[in-house]
Amino acid sequence: MERRAFYRNGWLPWLLLAPQLILVLVFFYWPTSQALYWAFTLEQAWGGGNTWVGFDNFLAIFADNKYWATVGRSAFYAIAATGLSMAVALILAMFADRALSGTKLFQSVFVWPYAIAAPAAGVAFRFIFSPEAGLIGAVNQIWPGIWDPSTVGWHALAMVIICHAWLGIGYNFIFFLAALQMVPRSLSEAGAMDGARPFRRMLDLQLPLIAPTVFFLLIMNIISSFTDSFGLIDVMTEGGPIGATEVMVYKIYFDGFKGLDYSGAAAQSIVLMLLVISLTFVQFKWVERRVHYN
Amino acid sequence: MIERSPFFDFVSYAAMVIGLVLVLIPFWVVIVAGSQSLQEVARVPFSMLPSSHLMENIQAAWARADLGPKLINSFIVAAGVTIGKITLAAFSAFAIVFFNFRARMICFWAIFITLMLPLEVRIVPTYSIAANALLPFQVLLDTLGITWLVQSVSGVQIALNWNLLNSYTGLILPLIATATGTFLYRQFFMTIPDELVEASKMDGSGPMGFFWDVLIPLSRTNMLALATIMFVSSWNQYLWPLLVTTDRANFGTVVMQLKALIPAQNGTPDWNVTMAGALIIMLPPLLVVALMQRWFVRGLISRDK
Repeated sequence: MERRAFYRNGWLPWLLLAPQLILVLVFFYWPTSQALYWAFTLEQAWGGGNTWVGFDNFLAIFADNKYWATVGRSAFYAIAATGLSMAVALILAMFADRALSGTKLFQSVFVWPYAIAAPAAGVAFRFIFSPEAGLIGAVNQIWPGIWDPSTVGWHALAMVIICHAWLGIGYNFIFFLAALQMVPRSLSEAGAMDGARPFRRMLDLQLPLIAPTVFFLLIMNIISSFTDSFGLIDVMTEGGPIGATEVMVYKIYFDGFKGLDYSGAAAQSIVLMLLVISLTFVQFKWVERRVHYN
Repeated sequence: MIERSPFFDFVSYAAMVIGLVLVLIPFWVVIVAGSQSLQEVARVPFSMLPSSHLMENIQAAWARADLGPKLINSFIVAAGVTIGKITLAAFSAFAIVFFNFRARMICFWAIFITLMLPLEVRIVPTYSIAANALLPFQVLLDTLGITWLVQSVSGVQIALNWNLLNSYTGLILPLIATATGTFLYRQFFMTIPDELVEASKMDGSGPMGFFWDVLIPLSRTNMLALATIMFVSSWNQYLWPLLVTTDRANFGTVVMQLKALIPAQNGTPDWNVTMAGALIIMLPPLLVVALMQRWFVRGLISRDK
């Protein structure tokens, strides 16, 4: 992993690293430590500074049923969006990997959702799922009120999850396709000689070989479902109706900037951060094991 | 060549066509609705065929969301972030890979760990940093007692202040630090054969000469790949511009304007204008990805290793 280091000028590497290190310090480590500080303190009224309150802020959010509902909702959101997106991308990659004429064209289009800003997709999906806009509206004419994300909570949540899953298709597809293309063709040919049908070869030969990629993407997707949902939700539902689409990130933003509850928002940030860190560690452990397998 | 299986080929095409429809529906709806008149877009059931009002809808969206200046802002921000990220990532990776100094791995990890600190978990404090970017240094000086020392010696009180709110600097600077970019450059630099460095040394060029004359030309494709990823992600930023700009008229970006395009609760449901606006806003990164597909896919994939 280490390569031979060639130069040993004392100050030059530091000069090269300085801009990046300063930015990282100012915009990553400082705010994070600030969030930690706020999470363990409470701002006094009348500008009395912050007083240390230990775990009180955490106890307060953990005692709040609404917070646990938000956590549960975020977990559901993450699992559903990840599952949906990865399933679609995997199926498409499996079929698009075959050397058929025209697959190149399909392959390029399947990548497109990657390029789209979440709020832009949010606007499009909000129109698609809007009961008065006529796409779903036709169904609503036959069964009035069967679909309305602006008033029915789970309709709204489903709409946001589907949009999130759609946005992830491009990214997941790229990784699945690359992994499949690294599987040696000879393996599939050997399988064919043994009389394995195409479906069997996909499930028993290719899928196990790309399992590391599946796992890598699984964690990546779950992390991004927890953290990247803000733009989508802000444009589609603003957390409504009645909190039905309020996930952890949105609640942090809302409590921090609208509720001006810095300590509560900071405590929630720390919980989310710990979640992201533990997921990342799971991923690292796996990558480590993978290296040993090779 | 694997044996021919017409049935399985058919299944493959069918699956891909279904996938194509799934992926394209939102794009198609945006184009179709964006080209319809208010009457057409409000009709139930919605017609999936484009109409002839695209230009007037685009003009309406352009005017309503003030898209001209916002597009310029988005281009400035995306270009600034992309150039900044590429430059800093190349510098940092160069220092970490080719220099022998004790803290190289610490520096690498200090940058890499930021992957675990997404903006979303530090929004509130990062906002307060943006209001005064020099605050960390002030605190450092305060805790080291330097502020006190300087004040008691010279009577001058050190009060560092640099407000980034409502400025291009504020929109760009906090997004420039890049763990991904540094990591990708590092991966690439590690593949450079030792002989190249030796040869460059024999030619009598120093480290910076090697960097500009050998490494940068060699990493051109990597740079294109990185630039694509970074342009897309910075163009598509939503949360940070939302926080750092209160002066939307002058410093807003197009993606922030999407919310302004959505029909109001009790207003006219003119989704045609909304969709025309969304079309303009999603087009630049889509074009970049479509044109750069070959390179940017490579850039994304090498992150996996």
